[in-house]
Amino acid sequence: MLSLEHLSKTYADGTRALSDINLTVHEGEIVSLIGGSGCGKTTLLRLIAGLDRESAGRIRLDDEVLSGPHPAVGIVFQEPRLLPWLSVSDNIAFGLDGLSAAQKKARVAHALEKVSLVEHADRWPRDLSGGQQQRVSIARAFVTNPKVLLLDEPFSALDAFTRASLHEHLLGLWEETRPTVVLVTHDVQEAVTLADRAVVMQPKPGRIFDELPLTLSRPRDRTGLPFETSVRRVLTALDHSLKAPQAQPQRERDRQAAALWW
Amino acid sequence: MTGKAASQAWSSHEGAAALAAPASTEKRRAFDWRILLGFFLPIAIALLWEAAVKSGLAQGRLVPPPSRIIATLWGLAQTGELWAHTWMTLWRVLVGFVIGAAAGIVLGAMSGANRTIRQLLDPTLQALRAIPSIAWVPLFILWLGIFEASKVALIAVGVFFPVYLGIAGAILSVDRKLVEVGHVFRLSRIQLARRILLPAVLPEAVIALRSGLGLGFMFVVAAEFMGASEGLGYLLVDGQQMGKPDQILAAIIAFALLGKTADSLLVAATKPLVRWQDTVRERL
Ligand SMILES: Nc1ncnc2c1ncn2[C@@H]1O[C@H](COP(=O)(O)OP(=O)(O)O)[C@@H](O)[C@H]1O
Ligand SMILES: [Mg+2]
Repeated sequence: MLSLEHLSKTYADGTRALSDINLTVHEGEIVSLIGGSGCGKTTLLRLIAGLDRESAGRIRLDDEVLSGPHPAVGIVFQEPRLLPWLSVSDNIAFGLDGLSAAQKKARVAHALEKVSLVEHADRWPRDLSGGQQQRVSIARAFVTNPKVLLLDEPFSALDAFTRASLHEHLLGLWEETRPTVVLVTHDVQEAVTLADRAVVMQPKPGRIFDELPLTLSRPRDRTGLPFETSVRRVLTALDHSLKAPQAQPQRERDRQAAALWW
Repeated sequence: MTGKAASQAWSSHEGAAALAAPASTEKRRAFDWRILLGFFLPIAIALLWEAAVKSGLAQGRLVPPPSRIIATLWGLAQTGELWAHTWMTLWRVLVGFVIGAAAGIVLGAMSGANRTIRQLLDPTLQALRAIPSIAWVPLFILWLGIFEASKVALIAVGVFFPVYLGIAGAILSVDRKLVEVGHVFRLSRIQLARRILLPAVLPEAVIALRSGLGLGFMFVVAAEFMGASEGLGYLLVDGQQMGKPDQILAAIIAFALLGKTADSLLVAATKPLVRWQDTVRERL
């Protein structure tokens, strides 16, 4: 279980990127963070990944307080961030330290298969398309079997077709070990396709506006009515977050309505 | 210019190789004849001049025709003088290059990697860099004598600055985003240096070494002007004092060939290290 307790981050220049964030993500749950740009979504992931220090509050993974990069926490950045001097398979193997060469090879081979890049194993990153590069980056994060996987708008630079196929690759990998996933997105459809819960954020200072459970069964039918309804609910919450920046969300009522509906 | 064309051919060959193996052999066989266009102008001028002198239109005393330059080169090669002079010059450049490049790499790496060292070191080195290196000659002669040590020192100084600046700049400009990948996988400082910083700076390091080597060849001429009894620079001075322009031009040609060969060897030796690069930087 990943829990954020009273988490705040104020940058050196005084920007209040996050203020009093409280969020619990259960083991194996996929939570999606939605919000306009500048809500502190990236900041939140960087804190969990240990790339930045929180100004106040703390982050716990099970019984451990996180302070810095942790072997059980993996991250996929908005850009692929592949190492251009390593081949595709060496990039995937980058975080696999302390394993025998045979074990490494087996894990990388399996990951390559899961992201359908077997025939590209020996190519340089520069020879891959954007979608393929992002798949390598996802494989690199998954291959270490993290308990928590953070994804920061990983598909935002891709076209709709590529994005849909990457959703499938992501879910395929997730099915295997069922890590806890925090997925940042600004695409409501994407959130409803992938997540068990949508967390809507608000800027200045970055904070949580609302949470909506997305209890559709998997695999999700993107053309069905329940999907449409969920998308509309998330959009409505987003709308409220934009229109009434200071208003309190009516979380309880929403939840009850949701419970009734389902 | 040929370097540019060759590197473009190389990179497109790589791309094609990735797509399909048969296509790559096609590409390799296709030779870009336009490369030869670059030879047209110098050869035409040489032939024209040759003809002008042969026909008596020009005297060719101060600007000897190509045939006489080639004959002089051949004569120097026959007596073995050419090799002795070339070897001497090459030796001076190599020793100066190794010393200057080693110092440049070490200080550049320290200055690039550590802020305190940079603030301590960089202002002084930048100030020293502002001095035209030839201005050191009298001091070096006073300190190190007129023989090899002062020559090598001058070359080393010439090589040092571009290497130092190149390495420090390369380290400072390593993409923070890639360094963060190292942090995420909890690399130690040493692992980070070896697995991310070193490969990331290699392409720029190669460029720095190449400009260092180029300056090494520039400074060996200056060093050999200041009193040498051997070396291609000596051939230049000797040619001037004895009024032998063909010897001067022969030495200049030898310099050009030697410099180009050394640079090509450096590029060839470092190419495997920077094969992954997605640029045509080696045109520089
Ligand atoms: N390193 C930084 N220094 C100062 N301010 C920053 C820094 N990184 C982000 N911010 C600010 O913090 C806020 C949240 O940024 P970010 O987490 O990137 O938002 P999001 O990912 O939701 O778009 C923004 O106002 C941004 O300008
Ligand atoms: Mg962001």
